[in-house]
Amino acid sequence: MPLRSRLSSPFLSGMNRVTLIMAQLLLALIPAIIALVYFFGPGVLINIVLAVVIALVTEAVMLKLRHRPIKPFLTDGSAIVTAVLLAIALPPLAPWWLTMVGILFAIIFAKHLYGGLGYNPFNPAMVAYVLLLISFPLEMTTWLPISAFSDAPIEFDSAFQMIFQGQLTTAVDSLSGATPLDAMKTEIGLLHVPSQVIQQPLFGHFGGKGWEWVNIWFAIGGLALLYRRVISWHIPVAMLSGLLAISLITWLLAPETTASPLFHLVSGGTMLGAFFIATDPVTAATTVKGRLVFGAGVGLLTYIIRVWGGYPDGIAFAIIVMNMLVPLIDYYTQPKVYGAVK
Amino acid sequence: MSTVAGSFPGGLVLNGQKKRSTQTPIRKTPLSKKLILPLQQHIGSESIPIVSVGDKVLKGQKIAKADGHVSVYLHAPSSGTISAIDEQPIPHPSGLSGLCITIETDGLDTWIEHHPIADYTQLSEHDIRQHVREAGIVGLGGAGFPSFIKLNPGVHHHVETLIINGVECEPYITCDDMLMRERADGILDGIEIIRFALRVKNCVIAIEDNKPEAISIMELALAARPELTDTTIMVVPTRYPAGSEKQLIQVVTGKQVPSHGLPIDIGIVCHNVGTAYAIGRAIKHGEPLISRIVTVTGTDVKHAGNFETLFGTPMHELLAFCETTREPNAPFILGGPMMGYNLSGDNLPVTKTANCILVGVDAAAPAEKPLPCIRCGECAAACPASLLPQQLYWYARDKDLEKTRQYNLFDCIECGCCSYVCPSKIPLVHYFRFAKTETMNQELEAAKSDQARIRHENRLARQQLEQQEKEERQRQRKLALAASQAAKEKQEQAAQSPSDGTES
Repeated sequence: MPLRSRLSSPFLSGMNRVTLIMAQLLLALIPAIIALVYFFGPGVLINIVLAVVIALVTEAVMLKLRHRPIKPFLTDGSAIVTAVLLAIALPPLAPWWLTMVGILFAIIFAKHLYGGLGYNPFNPAMVAYVLLLISFPLEMTTWLPISAFSDAPIEFDSAFQMIFQGQLTTAVDSLSGATPLDAMKTEIGLLHVPSQVIQQPLFGHFGGKGWEWVNIWFAIGGLALLYRRVISWHIPVAMLSGLLAISLITWLLAPETTASPLFHLVSGGTMLGAFFIATDPVTAATTVKGRLVFGAGVGLLTYIIRVWGGYPDGIAFAIIVMNMLVPLIDYYTQPKVYGAVK
Repeated sequence: MSTVAGSFPGGLVLNGQKKRSTQTPIRKTPLSKKLILPLQQHIGSESIPIVSVGDKVLKGQKIAKADGHVSVYLHAPSSGTISAIDEQPIPHPSGLSGLCITIETDGLDTWIEHHPIADYTQLSEHDIRQHVREAGIVGLGGAGFPSFIKLNPGVHHHVETLIINGVECEPYITCDDMLMRERADGILDGIEIIRFALRVKNCVIAIEDNKPEAISIMELALAARPELTDTTIMVVPTRYPAGSEKQLIQVVTGKQVPSHGLPIDIGIVCHNVGTAYAIGRAIKHGEPLISRIVTVTGTDVKHAGNFETLFGTPMHELLAFCETTREPNAPFILGGPMMGYNLSGDNLPVTKTANCILVGVDAAAPAEKPLPCIRCGECAAACPASLLPQQLYWYARDKDLEKTRQYNLFDCIECGCCSYVCPSKIPLVHYFRFAKTETMNQELEAAKSDQARIRHENRLARQQLEQQEKEERQRQRKLALAASQAAKEKQEQAAQSPSDGTES
């Protein structure tokens, strides 16, 4: 291979590429997406395709408006990752405009108005998620009962109609339901004991029915990313430890009014957040110690919001709050340089 | 064999690509008709020529002397006639020229009389340093620092450990590997002398574990010398940049050289195996440093290998000898692919620091435009100095030099690990070099303006003084004038008064 005129050394370069990172991230999401489709029907897939198409078009338009080269940035894969992450965080039969508003906000406001790839202080998918949650609380908290276990699983065309026309042709027993995290919170509010709440049909072996498996598959995908060194262990381990620690303490102190630590680990967006969202390099802390602080902060805040806050799940808020603290965390967690004199 | 005491953070496991140039023994590069010898082949001040155009010189004869303390002597690599002493292009990243002595060789390669020293233990440490200096020996690992200085611990330091660096961690380069395989005894000769000069007992010869042949040959050579006590071979794990002095010290001793300090501050001195060999040749055989082993390798080299090459040999002759498929004037690398630099002209001489000529690399860095930094932190994870390359990059890009310094820019050893791992392909080290140069320029400017200010202030003070002196002189003159006038008037009065008196 001829030496092209790179200005100065090193003249060697590793195989790592932004596109490669994003592609591996997407691959690692596949098992959990399959699980989501299995439990909640094909609506998830429609959401993903819709989100990706809107994200790519928006990204291209924004690049054009900002006079940036389109091809290298469109192929970096970051817009697709944002789209997929948001799409799988949305309810499986979310109306098309919900997805669209979310993606437009993520790409235009949370990403490009801050300077595009690498310059956004907040995770675009989470910013959009929070916007939607605050603006459209009803649509955002309406989850299907587990499709796989119902008598009439949702077919592709009915999901399609539901998403695009807001109505169903075939009869379905129930279209709305709470997530297990939501239900747990409500039941505890009604002074029911968590150990009994978990016996309800909405719950599975140790978490929400279906949800526990989705979380496990997210975790397996995340472990694959760790193995491939696409992400480092610091943030997921710190976040899960933080969540585990605080939930264990409260559970030991008040088992009558708090769900078990295990329930928190496999409910809601815990594993998705730990391995795929909190690890977003652009918006997370960058130093090794900083990542531990960042992850632990996300874990603690997630629990605090889940248990004492107004929303059933706290991942998105926790990540955004910790995103805000990143410059501070990075500043105070600089590593000791070789030969540093005390 | 001793075991490693520490390790450094970060670093890279690179494909060594060393097989290509270790398939044949060291060969001699044919004698060139013309040898061009830059007067600056070392760190420090340029040597001063002691020959003139037209002089006949013999192989090994001194042709330039050291200028000041940090400088060394230079010798004729072969016999012939001095044909020019003038500016010639020298191997330099910016394509600079420098003063060179050119020798037209006579082909006879006649040596000057040798003065080997049979028993170096009869010499004083000072004499050994003087011999090493007069033999023109500089660090052959690539830096080119005059070696005699590193044989002098100074009165305030005690050397605890001597580290002989045979790590050779950069991909492609194999000159130290081949030297250890073929001339292990010569290296040990040098080590004996260095140990004697530094009065150090412990000596560790560090070799990366990707050189099993060199390790076993050195082990055998060492075993044959029971008198070399407390000298061990340490096999260090292959991880770039384990051969960088600071990182090697951390691996071998577990200690860190203080920031802005020297290894000697923690009782350690490092010499390269090539340097040790050269010191052995200089003392035991009386041969000054006139050649070195150069690795010529790369994807575009047909007969890659190691070549004992006289200094001053034009690189194009060496490249022609190895046969390359390189296009004329295409750039090639002097040094390794991680820390070397691009040269475009090949009419440049081989110098004391030219360890490797690399023509074509596998997995070359792409010329494509870098993407924005995605803050992934891979650079920080790869940095062997525990720096934050990403933060340094932001500040260097903003030309916020004060901040780059706060983030310890000057602890960067420019090993290139950060650029290598960057998924956005940002040439980080390039930014750091820029920031370093800018800072140094600013310091130079500041020093200059300080000097100018002081000069200006001195001038003002001088002018003021002169003015005062002038005024004082004027005052004195006025006073004197007034006094003389008064005296005159008095005289006149005195002369007139009688008449006045008479008149009145």
